[in-house]
Amino acid sequence: MRIETYERIFMVLAGLMLALGIVGIAIGALVAGVHVPSPAGRVDPRALSTTPPFDQPGLRDLGGGKYEAVLVARAWQFQPNEIEVPVGSTVTFTLASSDVIHGFELTGTNANVMVIPGQISQVTARFDQPGEYLWVCHEYCGFGHHQMYGKVVVR
Amino acid sequence: MSATARPQAVAGGGAVAREGVFLAEQLWPIKGQLALALIGLAVGGLMGLMQALDRVGIVIYKGLLLQSYYQGLTIHGVLLAFLFTFGFGNAFVSLMAIRGFERPLASTFLVQGAFWTMLAGTLLAAYAILRNQATVLFTFYAPMRASSLFYLGAALLVVSTLLTALNLVLTRRAWQREHPAERTPLLGFVGVVTYVMWALASLGVVVLVVFFLLPWQLGWLKTTDPQFNRILFWYTGHAIVYFWLMPAYISWYLIVPRQVGGRVFSDSLVRLVFILLLIFSVPTGLHHQYVDPGIPTVMKVVHLFTTFSVVYPSLVTAFTVMAALEDGGRARGGRGLLGWIWKLPWGDPSVAAQLLAMLVFILGGATGIVNASYNLNNVVHNTSFIPGHFHMTVGTAVALSFIGITYWLIPYLSGRELMGRRLALAQAWLWFVGVLLFARGQIAAGLLGEPRRSSIGEAPYRDLISAGLDNWLTAIGGTLMVISGALYFIVILWTLLAGRRLAQPMEIPVAEMRFGARETAPLWDRLGFWFLVGVILVAIAYIPLFVLYLPLNSVSPPIKVY
Ligand code: HEM
Ligand SMILES: [Cu+2]
Ligand SMILES: [Cu+2]
Repeated sequence: MRIETYERIFMVLAGLMLALGIVGIAIGALVAGVHVPSPAGRVDPRALSTTPPFDQPGLRDLGGGKYEAVLVARAWQFQPNEIEVPVGSTVTFTLASSDVIHGFELTGTNANVMVIPGQISQVTARFDQPGEYLWVCHEYCGFGHHQMYGKVVVR
Repeated sequence: MSATARPQAVAGGGAVAREGVFLAEQLWPIKGQLALALIGLAVGGLMGLMQALDRVGIVIYKGLLLQSYYQGLTIHGVLLAFLFTFGFGNAFVSLMAIRGFERPLASTFLVQGAFWTMLAGTLLAAYAILRNQATVLFTFYAPMRASSLFYLGAALLVVSTLLTALNLVLTRRAWQREHPAERTPLLGFVGVVTYVMWALASLGVVVLVVFFLLPWQLGWLKTTDPQFNRILFWYTGHAIVYFWLMPAYISWYLIVPRQVGGRVFSDSLVRLVFILLLIFSVPTGLHHQYVDPGIPTVMKVVHLFTTFSVVYPSLVTAFTVMAALEDGGRARGGRGLLGWIWKLPWGDPSVAAQLLAMLVFILGGATGIVNASYNLNNVVHNTSFIPGHFHMTVGTAVALSFIGITYWLIPYLSGRELMGRRLALAQAWLWFVGVLLFARGQIAAGLLGEPRRSSIGEAPYRDLISAGLDNWLTAIGGTLMVISGALYFIVILWTLLAGRRLAQPMEIPVAEMRFGARETAPLWDRLGFWFLVGVILVAIAYIPLFVLYLPLNSVSPPIKVY
């Protein structure tokens, strides 16, 4: 293949840039511990009301500052749509949809996950500052999609 | 001289310049597809105004006779992401193939078929969407129900591109029979590679619509698996962005250098870039699904690597296209490190639009790397950061380049001089300023947590996200883009209706190489081989995923929520 010296230089530079990017991601995952959501099991959306834990949505105290918030997403609300925890809590959100695809994005944190019928979604967030943390449905789920939100109150 | 040139031009524009190469029966379907694309841009772009103003609480969809914000957003997505891009791609790449191979397309039937299927698909999908029977956005995720006409319409649009793909492959074959043992001409080759990539990429959506969605909507299947449907959708859904982009790359590599008086460095490198795009575009879909709950993490990591690989040819493009531009600028007397930039023909609207499109693409690419970066994606996924990003890529790098191309293409096809050149220049700059404000607004709002695909103007949580100023930037920038779009259509209609006849038939501007095809090793011309490599990479990226994912979890009946 006949190419210019300049072209060779670009090609090497471009490769280095990408390698650097991958290293950054690896540091984020391995050192800073930022991960993407992993599979947490399957569930039948038509039978959510009789399937634990989704038969009893709400906040559970797991002890030691840890909580689990079980949320059901349906057009167009989260159930429950507000939880309250003390400062310093770590909350694992466990979500499932009873109808179409929804989303869960907790503003100001790394918690971001799709809520897809048939799958259980799980993300964790730590609350070190008091205040209100808004969460929104961030996948189009029909006519009232923009009305679907909730919040974590941290005291 | 001019006495003979005139009647020629009247007979059908510049295209008659090469008798026996540009056939009238192949040119009309090409023009027809271009017209459909531009109608898509006009109507889809108008919806953009409604969406941009919605950010600041100006809710006008009722004034546009829409049932909801989301009906308008569906029109925007379907017309711009499918009709505009497919129509333009089919028309432009077919024409470049004729010019590149210096022969007619292998099949007149296929090129006319591409036009008719595109027209039929557009009408069916438009009917379903306008009746509010398909307000499912351009991603139509199950289990949301839409009219079967909508799926049929979308499928026909894809069929139209596949007919074009087949025609291009046959045309290359015919050329090879006529020129044994020669390298295929680059301008033809890159178009064929684009469509061969797309043929491999479209498989996901074809399987999704034919084997899952249509039978399910028609009631033959009671339930479907939404997570698996999404895997099929995004199998196509990432590669499609390269299908949008590659026609713009064809122009950047092989047309713009000529327009600025520069040369392309080497035939081999351009081929290498397109081949890398062919093999790496498809096995990357999972990076749209980093936060999907049902996908094994190890597969997400595999797709992270393939995604970074497909960024590589775009980085190389950034360097080499810049080098070709510099070559042109220096040939025009540019001096010093950056002096060549001012010597480029900025007064030519076709050039200015495409140079600005390239500039914006640098920012578009950089934000794209953020989305692709696995854990960084947690912060931006499905926030307005994403539309901020892709209005700089498909919404500008592609759209503004296509606009710039039409500034010579429409005179070429119509035989009429471009009218309103200053207006056209203003159009390009207005779009550039508009998209920068728009993207700045969307990106910053997204980082604060504003969701995308949401009628923010009607959302009760609007004031809980402190993105007030950012949303104003989006609204103002978006409005400027729409005004720019209006200027564009004024220029085009003015040209078509009142443009002076060209005195002489036009030539398609095609760049020269420093190192031409003769110096290219045969390996870089072996399409079948590289296609096979692409298939193998797809198998590596998807077969383990299917094995880990199966059995299907078909639990969802169709649900109508709009
Ligand atoms: C003419 C000026 C334009 C304006 C003001 C505009 C505005 C917008 C806005 C505000 C959104 C986000 C809507 C939301 O998430 O709720 C959006 C989405 C989108 N835009 Fe544009 N846009 C314009 C042009 C374009 C162009 C030229 C293209 C592509 C060629 C494009 C493709 C898209 C796509 C694919 C979406 C995503 C739709 C979805 O999420 O379903 N837009 N546009
Ligand atoms: Cu929702
Ligand atoms: Cu929603």
